[in-house]
Amino acid sequence: MSPTNESIPEPGVTSVLQARNLAKAFGSNVVLRDIDIDIRRGQVVALIGPSGSGKTTVLRSLNGLEIPDGGTVTFGDSDTAGGLSIDFGAKVGKKEIAALRDRSAMVFQHYNLFPHMTVLKNIIEGPVQVQKRPKAEAIAEAERLLERVGLADKRDAYPFELSGGQQQRVGIVRALALKPQLLLFDEPTSALDPELVGDVLGVIKELAEEGWTMVIVTHELAFAQHVADEVIFMDGGVVVERGPAAEVLRAPTQERTKLFVKRLQHDV
Amino acid sequence: MNWDLIWSSFGPLITGAVTGTIPLTLASFAFGLVLALVVALMRLSPNWLLSGIGRFYVSVIRGTPLLVQLFVIFFGLPSIGIRLDPWPSAIIAFSLNVGGYAAEIIRAAILSVPKGQWEAGHTIGMSRPQTLVRIILPQAARVSVPPLSNTFISLVKDTSLASLILVTELFRNAQQIAAFSQEFMALYLQAALVYWVICLVLSTAQSAVEKRLDRYVAH
Repeated sequence: MSPTNESIPEPGVTSVLQARNLAKAFGSNVVLRDIDIDIRRGQVVALIGPSGSGKTTVLRSLNGLEIPDGGTVTFGDSDTAGGLSIDFGAKVGKKEIAALRDRSAMVFQHYNLFPHMTVLKNIIEGPVQVQKRPKAEAIAEAERLLERVGLADKRDAYPFELSGGQQQRVGIVRALALKPQLLLFDEPTSALDPELVGDVLGVIKELAEEGWTMVIVTHELAFAQHVADEVIFMDGGVVVERGPAAEVLRAPTQERTKLFVKRLQHDV
Repeated sequence: MNWDLIWSSFGPLITGAVTGTIPLTLASFAFGLVLALVVALMRLSPNWLLSGIGRFYVSVIRGTPLLVQLFVIFFGLPSIGIRLDPWPSAIIAFSLNVGGYAAEIIRAAILSVPKGQWEAGHTIGMSRPQTLVRIILPQAARVSVPPLSNTFISLVKDTSLASLILVTELFRNAQQIAAFSQEFMALYLQAALVYWVICLVLSTAQSAVEKRLDRYVAH
């Protein structure tokens, strides 16, 4: 279940993704302004902030589910093979969006499993239908991944037969099976019953330890502090504060960050 | 009552159903569904011209009587030089009719699939057409079976209108026997009975299909 590249360089050396000046507005409502993000291989970035802060829009932009009005996203070194650079200020074609999605995979808040397919079919659909990998190989890989998240016996179940926590673990496996360079999590535990949150966070934590590169939108501050290398606090469509997890969450410098962190801690 | 005649009339009525009503229904429904899918996708298209054509088509089909559509094709088209036999005329008219009604059913069924399913398809790298075929339509199918079954059962009965453009089917056979034997009540009730039996069989088939498509839904 480790990332595809066998020789993982030191975290913090190789750039996986660079986003610059991402901007988006719906009519007069500005949802993103001048967002810069740098993600290096093996790094875990947590995006936090109040609802409506734009954090989910940033995440969805990295997977082409939202198209920003401006800014650039660069994957890897755009001059070398496998590199990709997209300028959202220019016209963005289907091919570029496809190339973007080829490099990242999303885990959704509401899982979004395909209800008409078994767990196994959900997982191998992308590898077999899109990536054209041999079916036997995709099945073997899917079974290995299911084993890892403790769901080997659910292989032939339909999503409706699973709990929310189990569905979300299948959602994570579906993303992993695509062997993306970057995993994106959109509030992966927000729709779960409290007693199921731990299982899913446990899986994500293991992925972090294995060296997967991830961006996680979350409200679980304790989890973010534990797992993330960098925390980015957003509010009103801009980045208010960013830095190492412990600094931003324990000793924020900005008033808005202090208020937000304090309010979430009161919830506990 | 001439019981011998009544009894022996079931033969020609069932023959009419097997060689007329049923093939006419099946062919028209098959063509109609393909047409309906195309029209539904046109109506969902962001292209205003395509969606406009789709809307206009649905409006015309639903806003005019089926009998008039049938007569325009069989009796009307010859005056502009297009002469069609009864069978092709009937199949064209019924297919166009089914296409209009089923398009709205399919469109609504596609729209009933949550947006998150499109996004999940996209995030695993599928194009829009690929997502439509592999993710959206199978889920839309489940939603559309009950209303499409209604359309299908209506079509079985509507094909009796084809008797008016000389297609030899169940009802035309009933009319002919009734006319020469003068047993109107008996023959028309017999025809009704045969239609009813066909529809009973279809209702059973509908339940079986629904059950099969429901296997992935919580009960």
